Amino acid sequence: MSKSNSFRDVAVVSVASHQTKTLSEVNEVQLMADLISKCRKSAGVTQEEIGFTCSGSSDFLAGQAFSFVHTLDSVGAFPPISESHVEMDGAFALYEAWVKLQIGEVDTALVYSYGKPSAGSVIDVLATQLDPYYVSPLWPDCFSLAALQARLLLDKGLITLEKMAEISMRSQKNGFNNPNAVRSSKDVSLENLMNEPAIVDPLRASDIAEIADGGCAVILAAGDKAKSFCERPAWIKGIDHRVDSHTLGVRDLTRSPSAFLAAEKAGRNADRLDLAEIHGMTSTQELILEKEFDLSEETLVNLSGGCLASDTMMASGLIRISEVASRIISGQVDRGLAHATSGPCLQQNLVCILEGE
Amino acid sequence: MTDPNSTPASLSEEVEIPESISGLEPVRSVRSPIRLIYDFVPSPPVQEYLRSYKKKKILGHRSPIDGAVFVPPRGVDPRHGVLIEESVELSDTGHVGNFCITHLPIPGRDDLDTPYVSAWIHLDGANVGFLGLVSGCENDEVHIGMRVQAVWKEEEELGNTAENILYWKPTGEPAVPIEKAGNRAWDQADE
Repeated sequence: MSKSNSFRDVAVVSVASHQTKTLSEVNEVQLMADLISKCRKSAGVTQEEIGFTCSGSSDFLAGQAFSFVHTLDSVGAFPPISESHVEMDGAFALYEAWVKLQIGEVDTALVYSYGKPSAGSVIDVLATQLDPYYVSPLWPDCFSLAALQARLLLDKGLITLEKMAEISMRSQKNGFNNPNAVRSSKDVSLENLMNEPAIVDPLRASDIAEIADGGCAVILAAGDKAKSFCERPAWIKGIDHRVDSHTLGVRDLTRSPSAFLAAEKAGRNADRLDLAEIHGMTSTQELILEKEFDLSEETLVNLSGGCLASDTMMASGLIRISEVASRIISGQVDRGLAHATSGPCLQQNLVCILEGE
Repeated sequence: MTDPNSTPASLSEEVEIPESISGLEPVRSVRSPIRLIYDFVPSPPVQEYLRSYKKKKILGHRSPIDGAVFVPPRGVDPRHGVLIEESVELSDTGHVGNFCITHLPIPGRDDLDTPYVSAWIHLDGANVGFLGLVSGCENDEVHIGMRVQAVWKEEEELGNTAENILYWKPTGEPAVPIEKAGNRAWDQADE
């Protein structure tokens, strides 16, 4: 949807996130208690003032049924709260909270998501989301599928190995200023990246996401409430999510029509974009997305380093929103695009356009 | 209503089977076995809790908000969503906060004769209960408020596990009045 007068003004007013290679000193509950507390403190709200709480996490990742119920301990769900959960990235939980705010039932919402892929094998977990009859029994991992996509892009001449390395270099250099980046380097060279051997041909280690544990918490508020919590709220000017077919064989894997459409519907073109935080598991997916979003030279892309610097399944999408919002709240940028993806090879895509006043 | 045992319509229709596989049994279902392996590492408070069991000690966590003590320790006060760092050593005595008598066996627990009594054990000094078995008396003697004490495994059998407590036995002390028995963490402020 694009903003029109019939929609309520809703903004991100506070964010907190943490990512690290392996979370060993704390579990997910303790991590989220810390992040949610920080987030509420910086907005100056208590849980009792929050009208709706929505989270995103995966039982397959945690290896535990109803694992999100444990994490409610980190919220302080007493007196009993109004709460929901999605088995999706936190960005989609944020969408649900945004809808709840639009309905007008509540004025504030807490959204959070987390993942601890270090406990298991994230590539096997992601294989279970595929078609259960024809694809999943073959256990194709997410990077092999992304490599099929990359091969198509290369052979059609849409990208080059050098262009991929440029994306990896951008990620590692940008990640250097991000305390949550697991893989970063101030002085990585294009030549070194080009000389890396392919690990899932044509993808090199630097082309694929750096898997990390972590989580993210965000507070949303509507209208005057948002202004009372935050000097410069990051207003959600548009948010939309779209889905491509689950069947990989019927899709043109060099494109992501759902990403394009979500960006169009969210109102990407209404004004210039200072920043885009995009969610791709590989350098090649970032290239597809840049094209679908039609980003110009003046738009800074993935100042955080993106998922090639730190990728936390279930939280990476919400972290993209948090990265854009925090730079608007701090006054660093005025308008940005945040993107979240889910499913194989950019199947589901959410785009959120954020703006400062 | 459709008879659940009858063949679904799509399968009951005549199917023309190629000669190469005629005579084979038709496919009626597909199995996709999934096996995912996890390395579960308990968080530091849980590790400390499990390790202390080896020394026949039960640890709780004290809330920085109002001093309420939670057992087992989870590192957070779930009422307020705040981190807890203070551990408290609890005694192995308490009372039955609530109980039920179960007549169904637990798969894998052949040592447990039915009916057995599972109960919320409220340790002295703790504000919430945790689950345990009550034994050492007739099942119909168990009641809310009954004072109990842990019966531990033999010294040489102790491990880093809550299984060190075999069951909770009555102490014979006067019972806790029913209105005082059970959870106290949520109404502390009113007291």
